[in-house]
Amino acid sequence: MSLLRHALARGLSSGPTFNPVCEGVLGALTSAVGAENVTTSESARNLHGTDESFHPTRAPEAVVTPHTTEQVSAVMRICNENRIPVVPFGTGTGFEGGVGAMYGGISLALHKMTDIVEVNSSDFDATVRAGVTRHQLNDWIKEEGLQFPIDPGAGASVCGMCATSASGTNAVRYGTMRENVLNMEVVLADGRVIHTAGKGSRAKKTSCGYNLTNLFVGSEGTLGVITQATVRLYGVPEATAAAISSFPTIASAVETVVQVLQCGIPVARMEFLNPDMISACNSYSNLDLKVAPTLFFEFIGSPSGVEEQAQLAEELCTYNEGDNFTWATAQEDRTRLWKARHNCWYAVKAGYPGLHAYSTDVVVPVSRLPEIVEYCHELAGGMGVPAPIVGHVGDGNFHCFLLSDQNDTEEVARIKDFSGRLAERAQDLGGSCTGEHGIGLGKQALMERELGPHGIDTMATIKRSLDPNLILNPGKVLNMRHLC
Amino acid sequence: MASLRVLVGCKRVIDYAVKIRVRPDALGVVTDGVKHSMNPFDENAIEEAVRMKQKKVVKEIVVVSCGPTQSQETIRTALAMGADRGIHVEVPKGTEENLQPLAIAKIFAKLVEKEKPDVVILGKQAIDDDSNQTTQLLAGLLEWPQGTMASVVEHSDGKLKITREIDGGLEDISVNLPAVISADLRLNEPRYATLPNIMKAKKKKIEKMSPEDLGVDVTPRLKVLKVVDPPVRAAGDKVPDVATLMSKLKERGHI
Repeated sequence: MSLLRHALARGLSSGPTFNPVCEGVLGALTSAVGAENVTTSESARNLHGTDESFHPTRAPEAVVTPHTTEQVSAVMRICNENRIPVVPFGTGTGFEGGVGAMYGGISLALHKMTDIVEVNSSDFDATVRAGVTRHQLNDWIKEEGLQFPIDPGAGASVCGMCATSASGTNAVRYGTMRENVLNMEVVLADGRVIHTAGKGSRAKKTSCGYNLTNLFVGSEGTLGVITQATVRLYGVPEATAAAISSFPTIASAVETVVQVLQCGIPVARMEFLNPDMISACNSYSNLDLKVAPTLFFEFIGSPSGVEEQAQLAEELCTYNEGDNFTWATAQEDRTRLWKARHNCWYAVKAGYPGLHAYSTDVVVPVSRLPEIVEYCHELAGGMGVPAPIVGHVGDGNFHCFLLSDQNDTEEVARIKDFSGRLAERAQDLGGSCTGEHGIGLGKQALMERELGPHGIDTMATIKRSLDPNLILNPGKVLNMRHLC
Repeated sequence: MASLRVLVGCKRVIDYAVKIRVRPDALGVVTDGVKHSMNPFDENAIEEAVRMKQKKVVKEIVVVSCGPTQSQETIRTALAMGADRGIHVEVPKGTEENLQPLAIAKIFAKLVEKEKPDVVILGKQAIDDDSNQTTQLLAGLLEWPQGTMASVVEHSDGKLKITREIDGGLEDISVNLPAVISADLRLNEPRYATLPNIMKAKKKKIEKMSPEDLGVDVTPRLKVLKVVDPPVRAAGDKVPDVATLMSKLKERGHI
């Protein structure tokens, strides 16, 4: 698509000046990384323009696969000089269209940078290159009794998780990526390489200057290319117990959650499933859970510790009229108890074959959960669709899965409307339009509402300083009209 | 409550996630500087022994590994998972690839004489040589019953009821003790070693000996002639429609 058509399509009178990936540029890229690491094949381009989101594939003009930081740096220099958009690509498991090449350019595929550089078990840190996935890291360190626990569900790359500030079911215990990245090697738009906390630093805490590490965490590929990350590790728990309990109302479940937190029970996971979700899971996984608001718990610690935690949790559930409290410690029993929660996404999709599933992602203070879940049910009722909900209830973050025929523009529009209204209500309740999935393509207007014009301008100032030619993942996070 | 004693074997192999590279001399694969860990099926074997101990069916678990000095790390992992003590049958570094199933089986037969366990549990095969022979050879040498590819093991009254995973499905057998079992993947979900248990494991005993101490000749009987990479996959053909696909498949004799 020509740049003018791009600009018109986005309602702009003028856009940034990008150049197409011409023969000359391909030649330079080939010199930088080798011919076997540059491809313009249709299937490779489509693959690299697709993620797990609702957004359709937006293929880049070429896919470039560097193996070293020097190569990434050389590629960035070439693209910056020639004004070619660069979209960093980890595992393509994002939920907000972060990988789409909206302005053409190249996809910078980082999966070949596969080294686990070092693991320091006494210091609980590990340094990994951009292509290492969290599963690979965990496999590597488990023999030493260590884990990297941030669990977004998907088999994401650690550096991709840095870029999107990923979170997961155990954020309530371990935090999100913001709390767990110690240092990153980042290649800037012009090819310069920085270490956000200084080269070789593994310090657990620092007061050294601006927090560059957390500037790049969550920047979704728009401020720099993350080529390496040093992350916190934790011990594998000695004992784990899982429990579930159903409740008569959402409010009673949430009240239990608040009390669990107030009692200081150090839950590893605390998840909420609403009746629609339980039904879907019962069908898919052949379970017969009571179709009611349900809490799933995971406790970790010493064997006596987890028993104590489970007993206290049972008391709290019963106090709030919870019933069917069941708990287990053996691996297979815990897996069975949590089966519903693990298979949620697939359970919902399986109920509606051929339809595309969309996940909302909002977060509110925990005490406002009953209100917003109620509102979510209302919106769904209005649309006449089921609203299966799964929530990281300890953080006040929940997802509602909506299904639609991607080719039915009305349905798609209704879902966008639903999502927008839900996000705005979350913002009004003191929360955020995105708990963990990021802004990407679809939530830019919501981000503007959340941060206000001055907040957006501050972000735009940072973006323009670090990437004056706007080549890094253009069209994501910040809308172009704030930058041109 | 029975009080069985179990001997479990474990092998230090190249980690399953590592990309294997053939050595320049084409007689083996590169092992220097490559990550090694416990053979996955051996994790199942140890886990099963630990569960039997937790159920108080078993009173002592002795874990054995044959290999170079680094095999001690593998034994420590087993101790961290819950084994009580270890035996390291050490061979000089670089010679471990010559330890073949028959030699291992003979070593275990001697250890059985020494330790007098009621059950020997091994992983069904090692992921480096994929032999799946040691359990069977050992059973033969000892003239003990065997339950290989076990996915369920239950103990009652001096017998073991075993479900075996076989090509046609599942086979249920009952073996008298003492017996040899080999663990399959679906036998259990092995636990992770935790830091407190790793620390405790450092205090558990590992006895060291050589094959010669046991009077076992480990000279290999099989000679590796050549190790090569699998052939590089050729590019496929894209076809425009189903009709063309069908005709190409017919052309190439696939249908």
